[in-house]
Amino acid sequence: MELDAAKMIGAGLAVIALAGVGVGIGNIFSSLVSSIARNPAARGEVFGIGILGFALTEAIALFALLISFLILFT
Amino acid sequence: MASPVEQFKLKPLLPLEVGGLDLSYTTSALWMTITVIGVTAFLTLSMRGGRLVPGRWQSMAEMAYEFVANMVRENIGNEGRQYFPFVFTLFLFILFGNLMGMIPYAYTFTSQIIVTFAMAFAIFVGVTILGLVRHGFHFFTLFFPSGTPIALAPVLIPIEVISYFVRPVSLSVRLFANMMAGHTMMKVFGGFVIALGIFGVAPMVLIVALTGFEILVAVLQAYVFTMLTCMYLNDAIHLH
Repeated sequence: MELDAAKMIGAGLAVIALAGVGVGIGNIFSSLVSSIARNPAARGEVFGIGILGFALTEAIALFALLISFLILFT
Repeated sequence: MASPVEQFKLKPLLPLEVGGLDLSYTTSALWMTITVIGVTAFLTLSMRGGRLVPGRWQSMAEMAYEFVANMVRENIGNEGRQYFPFVFTLFLFILFGNLMGMIPYAYTFTSQIIVTFAMAFAIFVGVTILGLVRHGFHFFTLFFPSGTPIALAPVLIPIEVISYFVRPVSLSVRLFANMMAGHTMMKVFGGFVIALGIFGVAPMVLIVALTGFEILVAVLQAYVFTMLTCMYLNDAIHLH
């Protein structure tokens, strides 16, 4: 019983990493918006890089989610 | 109600066991076969006419070709041209696998860690061999770029070595986790629609938006996977 409770707490703790990912994604899009606002002509090029950064950052969130799933279901 | 992770369960369609190894033809293998047939049909049928002014299907095939060709040219340069068939095959395989997984009741084979890990590990081994063959012993300067102060070596070399060997893991887990998390999330919201009765309209609206987002993620992850493959190839060919 206590092991189950500890597992739940551990799974919850594992997704604290999402705080950092939230900051990271916010950072990416804020710089994306400001760079497009400064130079709208660069939109096409900058947008692709921004989306790539978003995907790489989002992956970190999913690593955390994966760890929490591993704790819960194994 | 079925658990949200039940959709990832493999069902053997043609049970087959060779010497204690389970080599059954599973749903995952079935969808891989469908993907390969789909990609082949897409490319051959759309290019059958081969007109100078492309029609709808032909321009889709040409756009896919141009997209990957540009990616290879920008990342690797002129030497990258001989690796184009490999990168193009990889891109279309993952793209079609991800997109076909979005069809209801279809199976997403990229949501299996072993599938993505096999691909990522093959790329890792191939790129390492390529680098060693091209540069010989010189390949190890990849772990210590020239011009770095020698005092930094004890810190820099372990970091570079670890980040090199973690590549297959991060490459495969990125694709796998994105697919698995996305499909689990859709299933969870689908459960809300049933559980809330008449108020299930709200999650229903959300799930429409999520489906669009998941299609974006499917294309994006195929792009990211091939993009990183190109970067690794570039590292092996040009050594930083």
